[in-house]
Amino acid sequence: MTDMTLSHQPSPEAVKARAVLLGRSRWGIAEIAFWVIAAACYFLLPTKLSLLSEIAILGLLALSIDLVLGYAGIVTLGQGAFFGIGAYAAGLAAKHGAGAGPWSDPLIGLFIGGGFAALIGFLTSFLVLRGSDLTRLMVTLGVALIVDEIVNQAKWLTGGSDGLQGVLPSPVLGIWDFDLFGRTAFIYSMSVLFVLFVIARAIVKSPFGLSLQAIKGNPLRTRAIGMPVNGRLVAIYTIGSFYAGVAGALAAQTTQFASPDYVAFHRSADALLMLVFGGAGHLYGGLLGSIIFRTMQDVLGNITPQYWQFWLGATLVGLVLFVRGGILGLLAGLRDRATRNGGAK
Amino acid sequence: MSPKILLESRQLVKRFGGILATDHVDFQLPQGARHALIGPNGAGKTTFVNLLSGVLTPTSGEIFLDGVNVTGWSARRRAHAGMARTFQINQLFADLTPLETLMLTIAERENAGWSWFRPVGSRSDFVDEAMSLLRQLGIEDIAHGRVGVLAYGKQRLLEIAVALAQKPKVLLLDEPAAGVPEHEREQILDVVAALPGDVALILIEHDMHLVFRFAKSISVLVNGGLFVEGTPEEIANDPRVRKVYLGEEEVNV
Repeated sequence: MTDMTLSHQPSPEAVKARAVLLGRSRWGIAEIAFWVIAAACYFLLPTKLSLLSEIAILGLLALSIDLVLGYAGIVTLGQGAFFGIGAYAAGLAAKHGAGAGPWSDPLIGLFIGGGFAALIGFLTSFLVLRGSDLTRLMVTLGVALIVDEIVNQAKWLTGGSDGLQGVLPSPVLGIWDFDLFGRTAFIYSMSVLFVLFVIARAIVKSPFGLSLQAIKGNPLRTRAIGMPVNGRLVAIYTIGSFYAGVAGALAAQTTQFASPDYVAFHRSADALLMLVFGGAGHLYGGLLGSIIFRTMQDVLGNITPQYWQFWLGATLVGLVLFVRGGILGLLAGLRDRATRNGGAK
Repeated sequence: MSPKILLESRQLVKRFGGILATDHVDFQLPQGARHALIGPNGAGKTTFVNLLSGVLTPTSGEIFLDGVNVTGWSARRRAHAGMARTFQINQLFADLTPLETLMLTIAERENAGWSWFRPVGSRSDFVDEAMSLLRQLGIEDIAHGRVGVLAYGKQRLLEIAVALAQKPKVLLLDEPAAGVPEHEREQILDVVAALPGDVALILIEHDMHLVFRFAKSISVLVNGGLFVEGTPEEIANDPRVRKVYLGEEEVNV
């Protein structure tokens, strides 16, 4: 490296180009504001902390789909399977530890949940390497249905349709116990989401992340330039499964419960819907989507308890038909138009 | 001493159902070759290139790259072993920028494609190389635009830049100038002329003007089989070639 800098001076254009590239991974004001507001919700909405941690968990699940679908282009309807696996793995660990010892430690639980989900994700990733979008949709859905059935049938392990009772995580870091108001749950979920988000952000801005977008764009050419396409897809699918598993583990720990509802089909479908709402391929799409989805569910559910899904569906159809790329796609389009108009003047 | 053979096919056959798209082709490409592959439409030129580059698997026969039998190798492995190609129809990444496209290609070549923690652009030597390639092809000014919205001719140039970024030993150019405006064709020729002398080049092209300016040797492919091989003069003066191919359009060399 030092030899290179001594013997070779990059051209001014290259220096400028490098600044442009690196600028893309710099934190923007909107981004910082997003996280500051998210943290401030602890004080702004003290009565809604349980809902907010649920949103953070759903956002993490949607983020996991964004990594797999939004960046690598793997269409999936089965992310709920990994969420469920993570929830049951962490739940069983916490139950086993009965509120004490390392098994009940929430952070260890996260790794157990995420690790199990990643393992199953890795093993099933080979099924989604080949085939069209439709094949992938069916394969991921099929895997999710199998997991769902196993959870329902293996009563001795999972409690079957009654759910997994007695999930007792010990205090976070041995200090903060999970309380009734959801204060610990909120700070804990938010912190985990933030840490995993920062890692996901680094991944998608790295050469590895760029290669995923290239595979999504044109697998034929990525092979022609010598890229190990299958290896990259296995890697991101496994990472995505880990993320979904951690989200599931968070859900089991914060609600102290795991139920077959966690692995049900609608879990995968809802999370995908949130991502499409917010806009895939921006990292923030899933987070925004989960906020909107859960808020709509809450608000509309109060107004029309029976028909809230009608309005949800109508919004989805409207968004997909008239705004390509979800809310963030819309914003990006407006920004592009503004800069073009600005440039014309 | 004759130069070593970088790329070779032996009795290469490809069948699509009842159609014999590649018919027992024996072909040798020495180091430093400037070889043109011509033939009427449907002669199997692109099929041949797809077999060589690993996009298609041959029905029978063998392919050697720099003396190694690569017949069973994937396109990816062949790329790492020094084979690069461009595509007749642009195969680019519409959502990336030209600079990102080249950064990606260079990273792959240097086995840095798995790097996941440092942002793209942290390797300044990669950026420098990518920018100088873009400059060489005259598309430096569009380094940061979205590839998908670039003019067709610019995309064609990027197509070549990607292959060059692989630093290949063997480069297959599948109709690089097709659809490129006249003034940018010159640019393509200049770039090809400026390639290192030891790179072996195959050019598939319909533009005879370009072929005869570029090639030092020519193969004519007809109905999937090698019809005749020779120097440009031999090919241009071969009455059989004139009949099956050049006869369609009067060519002045």
